Amino acid sequence: MKILTAKNRQLLLGPLNKNNAILVQILGICSALAVTAKMEPALVMGLSVTAVTALASLILSSLRDAIPTRVRIIVQLVVVSALVIIIDQLLKAFAYDVSKQLSVFVGLIITNCIIMGRVEAFALANKPWPSLLDGAGNGIGYAIVLLVIAFFRELLGSGTLFGARVIPRALYNWGYADNGLMILPPMALILAGVIIWIHRARNKELIEQ
Amino acid sequence: MKFLRSFLDKHKPAFEKGGKYSALHSLFAGVTFLYVPDRVTRSGCAIRDAVDLKRMMSVVVLALVPALLFGMYNVGYQHFLATGGEPGFWSLFLHGFWRVLPMIVVSYVVGLGIEFTAAQLRGHEINEGFLVSGLLIPMVMPVTAPLWMVGLSTAFAVIIGKEIFGGTGMNIWNPALLARAFFFFSYPSRVSGDKVWVDGLADGVSRATPLAEAYQGTPFTHDLGTMFWGLIPGSIGETSAFCILLGAVLLLVTGVASWKIMLAVFIGGAGTALLLQHALPDANPYSHVTVARHLLAGGFAFGAVFMATDPVTAAQTAAGKWIYGLLVGIVAIVIRVLNPGYPEGMMLAILLMNTFAPLIDWCVVQRNVARRLKRGKIPA
Repeated sequence: MKILTAKNRQLLLGPLNKNNAILVQILGICSALAVTAKMEPALVMGLSVTAVTALASLILSSLRDAIPTRVRIIVQLVVVSALVIIIDQLLKAFAYDVSKQLSVFVGLIITNCIIMGRVEAFALANKPWPSLLDGAGNGIGYAIVLLVIAFFRELLGSGTLFGARVIPRALYNWGYADNGLMILPPMALILAGVIIWIHRARNKELIEQ
Repeated sequence: MKFLRSFLDKHKPAFEKGGKYSALHSLFAGVTFLYVPDRVTRSGCAIRDAVDLKRMMSVVVLALVPALLFGMYNVGYQHFLATGGEPGFWSLFLHGFWRVLPMIVVSYVVGLGIEFTAAQLRGHEINEGFLVSGLLIPMVMPVTAPLWMVGLSTAFAVIIGKEIFGGTGMNIWNPALLARAFFFFSYPSRVSGDKVWVDGLADGVSRATPLAEAYQGTPFTHDLGTMFWGLIPGSIGETSAFCILLGAVLLLVTGVASWKIMLAVFIGGAGTALLLQHALPDANPYSHVTVARHLLAGGFAFGAVFMATDPVTAAQTAAGKWIYGLLVGIVAIVIRVLNPGYPEGMMLAILLMNTFAPLIDWCVVQRNVARRLKRGKIPA
């Protein structure tokens, strides 16, 4: 048996580009604005969301025949919140500094539209393996956009990447200055808009009439 | 002048589709910049006026000239006042001229470059939308603003504020103010405080604007007369209420700017200043500032005359203009007095009301529609 059929590969890779949750479906924007001032929290957030979407999709897909339709939302919430709490505790145990930076946003992963969206729209109607791929793909697609936004915000706003200085000190002596607007949330929205702009310019079929 | 017209007419086909220079079609708007265009309406009925967009823009540029020239003189005046030395009028003016000119050049080169590229990509003609913005941008900046920051702010304002909405006439916010807002939030230390308004200050010497003094509660250095004539530190174009008044007269006589908006801004600002002065006399040092000082200080007069009246971003309906103008004045003074963060509120007030202008117009129109429908109902 082939592990990745063409259809399954599409489930994993589609959300990275033409079916991206942030760029095309405009989901998960809130946390994208909140945690992208620096690369490190953006990376941790991206990984956490990927883990939660993938595992939630896998678990709920396995349970899908046992869940009565009427109470499915509450079951989904229980599974997702259990995963989020585990992630939160793991971060507190092993990455305390990042956990403090992300503060309330780790807990708020549960409200991330992407997770509930994938579970509702895909996992409850498909087998566990495709569901896992679909969840992982959407999580990675989210993480990539977060990292791109965080790259520009940290580079231009603080002159660093992952906390390490990238723009040399000498440049500051010549009159260069960090852009304060990059650190403020509005710039994340503008950057997300610019990325969507470029993405649609390259994928004409996504442009709405 | 006739030969110029015939020269342009002769070469026009070369710039049209299929012509020799058709790749440069967007440049040919130069003709209509000098003359009335030869395109006429062929069908339907249309009311045409000799005063089109280009003529309006030229009038605004003319109206800005007194404030600009005075701004150049004031840059030199403040510089030599702070550093000593008593040169004559012309050396003062020339010092300022050479400080301000590069900022104007940068603003125009960057802005027109982007507009030209956008026009080429879209197959439009370049238009004169940037002529006024390009002059306004340096005039609302401190003279010490580094040129690359001026260029970057201009690029942001033109791309994000204007081109992505569809170019001239489609923008929601005043491009010049957007450039200043970008500058203000990106590099706050270069556009606030008491070191940036005068160039060539020695270390440890500071020159506060009247607003900064009001904000900190220190005694005022300048009396109202000096503030009216404009020999005070501040952004390049904003200091002289007198020169702004000259510009305002030109704008109002030619009917380019709306007197309703201008008057409403001043009424709103004066009323709020008066109210806050009496209602909250001890809230902070700012609440002791008198009405006249409020209206003369900072960018209030400049914003009211040149920015709030921008026909693209202001409200369009007659009642809407009054509401819009009043709210600009009110919000500006409220931000000044009650906000602990910024000593000046005019920029934020105008940008905020730009955002709401379409909503104000919508409400005015809907109200009118409802009223007329009611009148039109036949009693049963």
